[in-house]
Amino acid sequence: MTSRKTVEAFEVAATEANLLESGGAGQWGLTFRRFMGRTSGVIGLSIVTLLVLMAIFAPVIAPYGPDQVLIGKEDVRPREKPCVHILGCDPEKPQHIMGTDGNVRDEFSRIIHGARVSLTLGFFTVTLALLVGSTLGALAGYIGGWFDNVIMRVMDVILGFPSLLLAIAIVAVLGPGLENALIAIAIVSIPAYARVMRAQVLSIRETDFVSASRALGANARQILLRRVVPNAMTPLVVLATLGVATAILEAAGLSFLGLGAQPPTAEWGTMLASERNNLFTSPHLVFFPGFAIMITVLGFNLMGDGLRDALDPSLNR
Amino acid sequence: MLAVPVLIGIVLVVFFLIRAIPGDPCTAMLGERATVEACERFNEANGLNEPVIVQLGIYMKNIVTLNLGESVRFSRPVTQLIIERLPTTTELALSALVISIAVGVPLGIISARKHNSIIDSATMAFANIGVSMPVFWLGLMLAYLFAVVFRGTPLELPPSGRLTAGVFSIPYYEAWGWHLQDGTFWSKFHEYIGNHVIFNSFITAQWDVWKDAVRHMILPAVALSTIPMAIIARITRSSLLEAMNKDYIRTARAKGAKESRVVGLHALRNSMLPVVTIIGLQLGALLGGAILTETVFRLAGIGTALFDAITGRDYAVVQGFTVLIAAIYVIVNLLVDLSYGYLDPRIRVK
Repeated sequence: MTSRKTVEAFEVAATEANLLESGGAGQWGLTFRRFMGRTSGVIGLSIVTLLVLMAIFAPVIAPYGPDQVLIGKEDVRPREKPCVHILGCDPEKPQHIMGTDGNVRDEFSRIIHGARVSLTLGFFTVTLALLVGSTLGALAGYIGGWFDNVIMRVMDVILGFPSLLLAIAIVAVLGPGLENALIAIAIVSIPAYARVMRAQVLSIRETDFVSASRALGANARQILLRRVVPNAMTPLVVLATLGVATAILEAAGLSFLGLGAQPPTAEWGTMLASERNNLFTSPHLVFFPGFAIMITVLGFNLMGDGLRDALDPSLNR
Repeated sequence: MLAVPVLIGIVLVVFFLIRAIPGDPCTAMLGERATVEACERFNEANGLNEPVIVQLGIYMKNIVTLNLGESVRFSRPVTQLIIERLPTTTELALSALVISIAVGVPLGIISARKHNSIIDSATMAFANIGVSMPVFWLGLMLAYLFAVVFRGTPLELPPSGRLTAGVFSIPYYEAWGWHLQDGTFWSKFHEYIGNHVIFNSFITAQWDVWKDAVRHMILPAVALSTIPMAIIARITRSSLLEAMNKDYIRTARAKGAKESRVVGLHALRNSMLPVVTIIGLQLGALLGGAILTETVFRLAGIGTALFDAITGRDYAVVQGFTVLIAAIYVIVNLLVDLSYGYLDPRIRVK
């Protein structure tokens, strides 16, 4: 234990020395090292990497198309139990390692393709919320006064609702569908980014290097974009990573209620919802999509926690 | 108080958001082929012919006088709907909260006391999985496990509903032979309290009903409690770890206080502030999760009613229930603020 700690301390010292020599270029390298030193963060990163690869190479990995109906092509019935040849399933039967769904589609192929939907959705939701939220937060923090007051009270109102409830209401206005679920979840998550960004701006704008820039004649835009925003990125990166997890979870919830992706889209929440009435006869069709959601959300959560620990070593969680 | 403008903001947002939903309530309720005259009568009866600003005025006045209007979809007053539906959600959310605190806080304490041990890692792994769990999936899996896999064993639990068909909970006022006048405030009040099935059957000693109601509540409550439980365990752990490094802990140890006293009295009380805050915040998550949990377990609570109302453009129900939820929020956060004074005397002095 002690020896490992010593080694770590040595590593940190070495990296810091390195940092001085290379003129600051090593900050992300240092963060990366700290990140790789924590098991949970590494597990999270591995899960996310695997999922991204799965999404990119979905057509290669999946034995069938996500919407390919196998009626008449193979000897399978709807809601067939999983059949894995090496686990003792009759080799005469076609292999469906997660069984088939109610429309005789290969469940495994749909799960693989579902990664595309969920990851894209998580990414775009967070990007949208991050852009809008941090812009609002930065402006509110920098301009201050009545503008700050109005923006932050609006954010308080959004936070005053249970987020799923507000998302449901927004989707009801926009109409059910994947894009609208994305927009709804993005709106619901804007306040978190706005608040963090505003707090960062408030603390950073009082620092000496900002005063120095101002004394050198930099205007508000330059100060915000060149000085404040880069220094406020750290907590936002962590928040965005955790935000992907929340977005995927909430989108799955909306889809489960029939407000998100619509059939036949291979989306995990939708797949689960359309088979929930057959839970007692074909539990595998509910188990696999839900398990996929859980693993994905877990991956992003662990990665976010790891990033937070790595970026802020003073937090000894 | 800052809560009041936010509350007004919520009321306004709900009012305009629900009116922005495409399609009008008439066709939503009477069907696509409703005649113009029928719609006219319908709008007249529900005050939908007035200009929006007048509707807003009426709506504000009604909220202040606690007249929440009439549900178009369920064709009864919204207050009656609250009397029928809220108790289920309350019992569900409270059971979930009790489970999450009863398990989450001890888990966090054990984890912090055995910092960096296997127990600690296992607890944190459990907490990480817990926050990543889709509530509806967990609910369905629990339903399958306890209703199908454990069928016929003592562990079998019902997967849906509030009571087994044919089992009725006799309200306490009837069981005790009270004579309540119909339609008065107090009869409504007692009806509301009596609809808390678990509580009602307990105080009237209807043990078979009580057992049935509790058995129905176990699975939804456990499913709903997972996320708050995981969050509470994490916060308790990190907060206690921080408190254990403080000077007053060293002082207490130096004075020769027993470890149980050091942890239980000095550290724990001081580390409870963030825990209480997070418990208050979890209420929102519980109400949101209640929509999914009630859907999975087919419970007639406010979550499912609100979902039906939003998708069915039932203005009065959406407005009334949202104001109700927002009010619960504000009250809970007020209670959380008040509890700070108890936990930290320095705040009381200010």
